[in-house]
Amino acid sequence: MSNEALHGHPEVVTTHDVHHDEHHVHHHKETFITKYVFSQDHKMIAKQFLITGMIWAVIGGLMSVLFRLQLGYPDQTFPWLEDILGRWAKGGKISAENYYALVTMHGTVLVFFVLTGGLSGTFANFLIPLQIGARDMASPFMNMLSYWFFFGGSIVMISSLFIQTGPFSGGWTAYPPLSALGDASPGSKTGMDLWITAMAMFVVSSLLGGLNYISTVLNMRTKGMSMTRMPLTMWALFFTAVLGVLSFPVLLSGFILLLFDRHGGTSFYLSDIYIAATKTALPNEGGSAILFQHLFWFLGHPEVYIILLPAMGMASEIISINARKPIFGYMAMVGSMFAITILAFLVWAHHMFVTGLNPFLGSVFVLLTLLIAVPSAIKVFNWLTTIWKANIKFTPGMMFALGFVSLFISGGLTGIFLGNSTLDIHLHDTYFVIAHFHIVMGVSAFFGMFAGIYHWFPKMYGRFMNNTMAYIHFWVTLAGAYLIFWPMHYEGLAGMPRRYLDYTGWESFKQFAELNKFISTVAIIVFAVQLLFIFNFFYSIFKGRKLTKPNPWGATTLEWTTPIRPGHGNWPGEIPEVHRWAYDYSKDGRDFIPQTEPIGPNESHH
Amino acid sequence: MNIVSSSPQKIHPHKFTLWIAIGSIIMMFAGLTSAYIVKGEQPGWSTVVVPKIFYYSTGVILISSLTMQIALKAFKERSMQQYRSLLTLTAVLGVVFIAMQIIGFKQLFQSGVKLEGGSGAGQFLYIIFGLHALHVLGGAIALLIMFLKAFSSKIRNYNSVPVEVISTYWHFVDLLWIYLFVFFLVKS
Ligand code: HEM
Ligand SMILES: [Cu+2]
Repeated sequence: MSNEALHGHPEVVTTHDVHHDEHHVHHHKETFITKYVFSQDHKMIAKQFLITGMIWAVIGGLMSVLFRLQLGYPDQTFPWLEDILGRWAKGGKISAENYYALVTMHGTVLVFFVLTGGLSGTFANFLIPLQIGARDMASPFMNMLSYWFFFGGSIVMISSLFIQTGPFSGGWTAYPPLSALGDASPGSKTGMDLWITAMAMFVVSSLLGGLNYISTVLNMRTKGMSMTRMPLTMWALFFTAVLGVLSFPVLLSGFILLLFDRHGGTSFYLSDIYIAATKTALPNEGGSAILFQHLFWFLGHPEVYIILLPAMGMASEIISINARKPIFGYMAMVGSMFAITILAFLVWAHHMFVTGLNPFLGSVFVLLTLLIAVPSAIKVFNWLTTIWKANIKFTPGMMFALGFVSLFISGGLTGIFLGNSTLDIHLHDTYFVIAHFHIVMGVSAFFGMFAGIYHWFPKMYGRFMNNTMAYIHFWVTLAGAYLIFWPMHYEGLAGMPRRYLDYTGWESFKQFAELNKFISTVAIIVFAVQLLFIFNFFYSIFKGRKLTKPNPWGATTLEWTTPIRPGHGNWPGEIPEVHRWAYDYSKDGRDFIPQTEPIGPNESHH
Repeated sequence: MNIVSSSPQKIHPHKFTLWIAIGSIIMMFAGLTSAYIVKGEQPGWSTVVVPKIFYYSTGVILISSLTMQIALKAFKERSMQQYRSLLTLTAVLGVVFIAMQIIGFKQLFQSGVKLEGGSGAGQFLYIIFGLHALHVLGGAIALLIMFLKAFSSKIRNYNSVPVEVISTYWHFVDLLWIYLFVFFLVKS
């Protein structure tokens, strides 16, 4: 047994002959059910994740449009809303309870179901076997289960929107006591039970997927594909899976304790509570809501990198291909992702600076938090150096990858403000935080995802997406994202708190009334443009321009050596052998050299 | 198509997956025991006396690890008769272990340690030991499946990977129990 593989030196695992004994592709007949529904082909599972994620993104996005209407026009009513939404918008206005339900669901859906399930689920599934040269995942069956748990969790989460007392409404972080006491609010009743059930299924799905991704990357690479010859997408998805596998179980234990507080009468998170609504004092004693915050953020912070790392990996790959230059500092890129993975586990308490955290402990977390700026800056430097003096091809994928870099810089800088505990006393729970994480995580990960979709769509469906629609999509979304979130920094600096549905009661925030209208208007436009993207996606599946050659972007990596529409098993013949790293662009007078080409006798060293 | 296969000198992907899964389970229990430590420092904390029966169940699960190991050896030597009976014995010991845990919970409950009310070690004990028992149950079910497979005449299986996977898991839940048990002995 290769112990190194288990103890953190994956580089030394050699995998040469894993595939020697199986050169044939699927022969037995597939039915509609095994091919499209209960498929065990990683490519089909990836598409299932992608399309489910897109449906979720529309739902989550629509929620934000609704509550932005409220924030932009707090004194107006929209009677047509009641026609469409019924009890959600009685009298054409979102009620307070529904407002909180909407923000909570918006956060949960986008963070977990779109940017985790939809993003990792799609690209880890699609790219890992194709780019490392494997016929499928280590366990295709577990992989299929991973999707169906995701699907089941989705159904449970959606169903909570339709119950009498409404979905959970205590914020995506589900802090107790709102999450622990059914009597605390309508959403804390059945809605919260459904929320926990859905999230537990989601965690199981992530674990099943993550286990598979890790063992596939470490064990099933084709001959010659050493770890350091892997494209950066592989490293990124690998570290993402490691983060998930080690942090989601902790969230699960937090949820289990929460369930017992809800239904078993225990006092893990509850203490000395008097509920005004029912005029009762609860017997719970000695519980600590802060304990939940620790358990939550021990996942919660790694989670933001679970969202971001796949985007980073895909952006690296797409930028290098379209700059026609090797990625600058490959090992530095791997090293900085490794550093991010380690640090991600050591900074969670920066979300808790104002919970009464011991100031000394706080300063340790400030230091560790600010340390993350170092690997982040290395990555930014390397992306910029890769495009420096390059002959860039501005494909839609490349545009979104560059947009990703821009957003990551803008959002990362505000992280440095927040990472200082003293500044955070003022900034915590204000719109500054909203602006920070939407730019650095929300929009930028979306940009990475769009880049990936535009870039790998030809591999997925054998056709291109429409460029004109893609460019409109890009420019409106980029400009819109900055117009929406940039002004929020000023609101936050002025002290405007998050999680209120109406700010007109404050004299000091009246100055922002027009600004809020403006933000809401832009948000609606940006949402509309996403519908254009969705249209482009489905239209192109059937009507897009067809691929004529298997490697449209002139890329070096293995997925482009498969047929235009690969079957289950990916390569009809033997799996190709790899002879070089993934970034031989513009080398020795050649535009690119595929990974499968042996090193020539006179070739220069990179 | 056989998608997963491996050469002899390399770790099989399924075994490897199990090791990562073990890492994941460790994180879950690490989360719970650190929650215990954090809570133990809060006011109003009450401790419990761990019932005697948990010492005996420790013995049972230790022996089951032994029988599992011999079963694996028997499988590799193709003495299937012995393999089957040892597998059965292991599963039975697993079930006995779970039963003893439940008795332990009952005794604790009768001595007045309830889930409801003020916080204390007892609430954690029920949940942590209970979750561990669930993991043992999962292992016992896997053993049952292996057992049925060993009887089916259609599949002549010479592949030792599944047996190795389940035995590794079985030793893991054993070790996990030792950790949890010692943790509670030291902490309460
Ligand atoms: C230089 C890097 C970064 C630093 C120093 C940093 C620091 C912080 C701090 C201190 C907070 C807590 C603010 C508060 O609640 O008062 C915060 C919030 C947040 N950050 Fe960052 N951050 C960085 C990068 C990132 C990245 C890369 C992501 C995502 C990919 C991210 C996602 C988030 C999210 C989601 C929240 C808010 C969660 C919530 O309260 O709902 N941050 N950040
Ligand atoms: Cu954080």
